[in-house]
Amino acid sequence: MLQPYASPFERLWYVGLRLLVGLVLLFLLLPILVIVPLSFNSDTFLMYPMAGFSTRWYEEIFASPAWRQAMMNSLIVSPLATLLAMVLGTLASIGLVRTEFPGKALLTAILISPMVVPVVIVGVAMYIFFAPLGLTGSYTGLVLAHAVLGVPFVVTTVSATLQGFDFNLVRAAASLGANPVLAFFRVTLPLVAPGIISGGLFAFATSFDEVVVTLFLASPEQATLPRQMFSGIRENVSPAIAAVATILIVLSILMLITLEWLRRRNERIRSGRS
Amino acid sequence: MTTATENAVFAPPTDGRPLRKRLRNAERRRKLLYGCLILPLAVFLIVAFVWPIASLLARSVDNPEVHDNLPDTLAQLGDWSGKDLPPAPAFAAFARELEATKGSPALPAVANRLNREETGYRSLVMKTARKLPLEAGADPQAALIDIDERWGEPATWQAVRRAGGALTPFYLLAAVDRSVDADGQVVSVPADEAVYVDVLLRTFWMSLVVTACCLLLGFPVAYLMANLPAKHSNALMIFVLLPFWTSVLERVAAWIVLLQNEGLINRLLIATGLIDSPLQLLFNRVGVYVAMVHILLPFMVLPLFSVMKGISPVYMRAAISLGCPPFKSFRKVYFPQTLPGIGAGTLLVFIMCMGYYITPALLGSPQEQMVSYFIAFYTNQTINWGMAAALSAVLLAATLALYLVYARYLGPTRTQAGKAR
Repeated sequence: MLQPYASPFERLWYVGLRLLVGLVLLFLLLPILVIVPLSFNSDTFLMYPMAGFSTRWYEEIFASPAWRQAMMNSLIVSPLATLLAMVLGTLASIGLVRTEFPGKALLTAILISPMVVPVVIVGVAMYIFFAPLGLTGSYTGLVLAHAVLGVPFVVTTVSATLQGFDFNLVRAAASLGANPVLAFFRVTLPLVAPGIISGGLFAFATSFDEVVVTLFLASPEQATLPRQMFSGIRENVSPAIAAVATILIVLSILMLITLEWLRRRNERIRSGRS
Repeated sequence: MTTATENAVFAPPTDGRPLRKRLRNAERRRKLLYGCLILPLAVFLIVAFVWPIASLLARSVDNPEVHDNLPDTLAQLGDWSGKDLPPAPAFAAFARELEATKGSPALPAVANRLNREETGYRSLVMKTARKLPLEAGADPQAALIDIDERWGEPATWQAVRRAGGALTPFYLLAAVDRSVDADGQVVSVPADEAVYVDVLLRTFWMSLVVTACCLLLGFPVAYLMANLPAKHSNALMIFVLLPFWTSVLERVAAWIVLLQNEGLINRLLIATGLIDSPLQLLFNRVGVYVAMVHILLPFMVLPLFSVMKGISPVYMRAAISLGCPPFKSFRKVYFPQTLPGIGAGTLLVFIMCMGYYITPALLGSPQEQMVSYFIAFYTNQTINWGMAAALSAVLLAATLALYLVYARYLGPTRTQAGKAR
């Protein structure tokens, strides 16, 4: 990149910029670099230098009823909330892209708004509203709340994918005798699936990392992983936290890879078509 | 089930209606069908999200205590001039209705509500309630004044009437450190009770600092990524996205490990001889800033990158070939084109900052708590939902105002437009 005839100032700029960016990226990765090794520490303190290698903290969290319960809860609440957000969000996105009506902008704004409203306000509002309905301290209430928070991600990604979708394909299916439901499942759905899955992954990540609304709505029996981590950090930062964090990091790397794969696949399909 | 389109095109014109009309009907039916697809989500969000938030906001002006529990008393006080003592039926109604609240949560609610009008009224109400019911045949007016002579003062009854409105500006005014005095004038509360303006300013200031840091750190990263070949920039993008996808709590835990007194940062600084004793980096503003910048930096880099990616290098080359020095051409030619990205990134980060709760709660001292903390505090700890609602209203208003600016001028569609250019 750097031309051989570059001036000293240009050389300084070239090196300086890369150095600065390197430092910022180090800053971004530092927490991950620090926490993963500590989860294998044999000592009880979350501190460097490490005393030795051990997997005792992983054994501990899988043996601890509280952490097991938290994992179970997260694995119950997040998939259900994601499913609800994906189904409702995908249907609504198709409706939004295919129709024009007065007030559409306002309706879209309402569908996106859970992403904008500060999450503490969502938590307090749902807590006060759900309490008399008996939905606080219940899985139903928690799933509904997490679905609300995930919906905007599904709506925005699926709408964006549908912008590039050729609806003549649906007309073609109809002209060949497919009814709308069949056309949806055989034509529309397979083509926009990457968008729906990306939106679903965002919704899942949101729910899986959600702690504020959970703090308000969940009783101890419904404590999710982040909720359990929150009280763990409050009381005493032990390597068990680092072990849970490492598991979550692995999970997020998997999600990131899936997302990147979907994006490339989508790009390939599009460039192949045009 | 055959589709509307199919009918319109292939069915023979049996009913004699013109084709155009039938096409229009088919089109309308299609729109209705697609409109119905939005319905489930719209209903779900209105019931589970919009309604709860609206009813929370309504609580910020709700004033049910006296209004619901002493309706007859308030009716009797309706035509009262306010100068001398209220009419005798008002005393009778008050004694009857206050007695009815005994033993229920309504009594302390009324007492607390009246205490807000004048300190000391809580004990007045509780003491009066204890002496109720009045002896049969006793004159309610004389009996109440006998219990406490304050019932013989018009000011007391004026306070009851003032507290009796269905709506009150009290909480919203309190959220900006204002109150209404006995004459109905809006006045500032005494300096030692004023806290919320400070909290709001602190929230704004901390959001501003975090946003500025994100911009300063994020701009070079986005610039380099936008100007590297795709292969390298994709690799750098992973460095930005990985923290973006990892849990906020996990990162908070990591920063505790890094910033604590015996943590890596302090050890490093001591080892290099820069400091002799560990710096306090945790449970103060430094720790909160570091963690918040770390969490929000990707939200700054991503919009900046998408705008910079769309800026053609041709402009810079043209400026330099025309004799403009590199730095000046960067400032005059390149930088102005990044402004949509800067606007989008800063507003996005600022909006997110203002609602932050977890990071300051775990990494900060009481001096770092922002509005969200107080909203949670009033909901969970003191159960003062009116105050929580009023602070929510203030925070929501500020957030929505900024979001409207973002959506109107800098939203995703706008930056996309900038990309196309």
